[in-house]
Amino acid sequence: MTTPPAPNGAVLLRVRDLKTYFVTEQGKGTARAVDDVSFDLYAGETLGIVGESGCGKTVTSLSILRLIPEPPGHILPGSLIEFDGNNLLALPLPQLRAVRGNQIAMIFQEPMTSLNPVFTVGDQIAEAAIIHQHLSRGAARARAIEMLRLVGIPDPDERVDHYPHQLSGGMRQRVMIAMALVCHPKVLIADEPTTALDVTIQAQILELLDRLQRELGMAVLLITHDLGVVAGHADRVVVMYAGRVVETAPTDALFARPMHPYTEGLLAAVPRIDAPRSRLHAIPGQVPAATAWPTGCRFHPRCPYAWEKCAAQEPPLLETGVAGHTARCWLVTEPERRQAKR
Amino acid sequence: MTLGTWLALALAVVLAAECVRALRQRGLRQERWRRFFRHRTTSWGLGILVFLALVAVAAPLIAPFDPNRQLDIVYLKNHPPSWTFLLGTDVLSRDVWSRAVYGARVSLGIGALGALMAVSLGTLVGAIAGYYQRWVDAVLMRGVDVGLALPRIFILLMAVALWDGLPFAALVIAIGLTSWFGTSRLVRAEVMSLREQDFVVAARALGAQTGRIIFRHVLPNAAAPIIVSAALGVGNVLLLEASLSFLGIGIKPPDPTWGNMIADNAPSIYTAPWSTVVPGLAISLVVMSLNAVADGVQDALDPREREPA
Amino acid sequence: MTVATWLLRRLVASVAIIVAVITFVFILVHLAPGKPCLGQDEIVDPAVCARVSTQLGLDRPIAEQYRRYLVALAHGDFGYSYSLRRPVRDALIETIPFTLQLAGAALLLDFLLGLSLGIYQARRANRLPDIILGNLTLFVYSLPTFWLALLLLLLFGEKLAWFPVGGPSDPIFCPVVDSFYCIADRLWHLSLPATTLGLVGAAGTARFQRAAMLAVASQDYIRTARAKGVPERRVVLRHQLRNALLSSITRFGLALPFLLTGAVLIETIFAWPGMGRLAFEAILTRDYLLVTATALIASTLVVTGSLVADLLVGVADPRLRVRAAREPDIVTA
Repeated sequence: MTTPPAPNGAVLLRVRDLKTYFVTEQGKGTARAVDDVSFDLYAGETLGIVGESGCGKTVTSLSILRLIPEPPGHILPGSLIEFDGNNLLALPLPQLRAVRGNQIAMIFQEPMTSLNPVFTVGDQIAEAAIIHQHLSRGAARARAIEMLRLVGIPDPDERVDHYPHQLSGGMRQRVMIAMALVCHPKVLIADEPTTALDVTIQAQILELLDRLQRELGMAVLLITHDLGVVAGHADRVVVMYAGRVVETAPTDALFARPMHPYTEGLLAAVPRIDAPRSRLHAIPGQVPAATAWPTGCRFHPRCPYAWEKCAAQEPPLLETGVAGHTARCWLVTEPERRQAKR
Repeated sequence: MTLGTWLALALAVVLAAECVRALRQRGLRQERWRRFFRHRTTSWGLGILVFLALVAVAAPLIAPFDPNRQLDIVYLKNHPPSWTFLLGTDVLSRDVWSRAVYGARVSLGIGALGALMAVSLGTLVGAIAGYYQRWVDAVLMRGVDVGLALPRIFILLMAVALWDGLPFAALVIAIGLTSWFGTSRLVRAEVMSLREQDFVVAARALGAQTGRIIFRHVLPNAAAPIIVSAALGVGNVLLLEASLSFLGIGIKPPDPTWGNMIADNAPSIYTAPWSTVVPGLAISLVVMSLNAVADGVQDALDPREREPA
Repeated sequence: MTVATWLLRRLVASVAIIVAVITFVFILVHLAPGKPCLGQDEIVDPAVCARVSTQLGLDRPIAEQYRRYLVALAHGDFGYSYSLRRPVRDALIETIPFTLQLAGAALLLDFLLGLSLGIYQARRANRLPDIILGNLTLFVYSLPTFWLALLLLLLFGEKLAWFPVGGPSDPIFCPVVDSFYCIADRLWHLSLPATTLGLVGAAGTARFQRAAMLAVASQDYIRTARAKGVPERRVVLRHQLRNALLSSITRFGLALPFLLTGAVLIETIFAWPGMGRLAFEAILTRDYLLVTATALIASTLVVTGSLVADLLVGVADPRLRVRAAREPDIVTA
């Protein structure tokens, strides 16, 4: 569906060694939600971040704009998020706010609760324009109507004065997108934008995002747990598990030949309409608690191939030989072990 | 104060502290209790309430003097606090400490009983209105509207002033009968939302009787507003009783309540402040502790209300 | 339903409630033992008493008395107060302004101070200023108002003599408020009683507003506002406050009647000639008509306050505008 891009575009966003920890009450220990995550986002591409709940993908996205509530969470020093020549994590607040909504924008999962119920959608869209582009109220309102039209909302001149509760779920999400894009950001972070929507609306919203990305030339960080979404709309994929990146690959390569057993498991778990009906394959075990990640490779307790080395030593991200495809698994260096399933 | 009364007092303090500590230990295992004890004020509030309850119950053991006995109207009037008279004497040379201790009985007693009545009545009416809905709800809620519009203190003033020498029980009932309206609204709202939940539908499908459903299934889940109402209610009733006694139409002297102690000694507040400060502080302390405990209960039972950590 | 329909329905319901309250009070007053002339300190000749009773129509059956009362009310005639020797209406007209002044000043202090404190506390949640203020508001909120009144009177009225110890105004120079000096004088006399009521109210408002602000702070749309790059000040004062105020508006509408009940004690202590004190004395002297009239006024205030609260909330919360207004939540036992 999408051609794997040669990363010839510039790196827009560079995340290195990101660690975001949370202090839990009653001294149950520190929850290491994001534990050393690194990836790059290139101009013009859609990078999908995929994983189960609890793997740290949402926390990663929130960390980029420093939207993590400070107690109990904190981003450890040593983490780097480079954008436009600046380390976002070290930027003073006023400058960070100039980036938020302006150069890097974010949309969230639940459009109903993410929109302020007492302001009209027009006001909320216009607010970003007023703050960042210093438009007058009249000009900002005109922009808001323009944006509503851009995201495909019918009768935008009327809708601009409506309140969030008067709109359907799909329309609210479109409003969120309009709000995020009004300043033409270079990067859009979309945290599970379609999870709370009906399937048919999901498709519409994702198509909308694709179209807007092409028209506005921005990079999109698409966070989701749904492999189908990733397959259809991401150029490259980052798979996360237990607070770490376990595999990075161009989408086609990932689906054609997943290297990490976790990715294998995720793909195998998707029921297929064209295959003979058999028992649904599930990855055995559960995601461990963020306060107590397993030693060695974090996936080894649930891995069908694991051997002693996996429990003892955590693998780094290893090159697999395919361009842009890395995996955090010892199987990359010892592929013969793949035959022996436990 | 004699040795015996000192010992009794110390015992009450220790018992209260131990009680709270024991509850904390036992509670640490459960998430709700942990949330309840999260703030220190809640533990203190609970401890103070237990202590005062113990003092009230063991009043004869803790109070060194007969609360109504005028010790020496000539020489011991308005005596400042000393080792004999722990909190001084009042305008009629009665020991303030003893009166405060016995006053605790009356004030806390009325508070607890009045609130118990109000909350029970309110829960009953609210649950019925919320569960049955339609015309039952309409009729009951109109009644509650009228009840809320009644100026409560007027009604109580009238009830108490018009019948001279109202007995303790009648006062409690009167307060209870006029204080349940707010609770019924809260309970009704809660029951109405719980009613639609799956576990209620399941119970009905199993053929459970309505009464059983309400009491065993719905109400336990509505515990949060009920308990909070109760805790705050005791405080309100206490303040109400104090106000009435202050106006001279609640519990009549010489029987001590914290309210009429303030009234009796108000004229000498300038020269002998302790006799008014003590009962006032006592009331404040109890209401404060009740509010602290109510906060804790709200924190523990209603996660929606929780602040972000 | 439209606003007009809703308003009409509420007005009809309000009138019905007031009538119900009058009926209830009427019955209560007439059920109680004791005749008007056997009140507190007067010892009256039974013959005189009988004559007064006949004059006031108290020997007629209750139902008839009730009917006659309602008819008179419809004509604006509140009856004759035998204890004050004047029409009830005059007594009310004289005292209501005083109560309104007291309640108004107290409300102002209550909400201005309370809201500011609540907002400030929420900003510094769980840090030292919040903890200190939190305990302070808890303490003040728990004080019996009459006790606080006595203490304030002692400290500021007697010891420091900064404020007068009672009365509404200087009796010699300002029997009527007809000059700037007299207005200032009235305010000076109003200070202590209004502060007493207002402080306790403010403590409650602060606690409530803090909780409301914190509840809103954890909402997703606040996070969205930050993600848009909205400056923190605007996030708090525009996004958070607008939502947190919604519940406070209801409290505001309902505060007036609650102040009325508090006013009885304060008016007695500070010798403030308001309706609360009037009602209290009327009850003690068994002045039926005066009692019923004050109950009528009080319940009208409650009902009006509730109506106003619902209207305000309907205006402020767009979610409620298109539907019928909900009932307000009352957070007392």
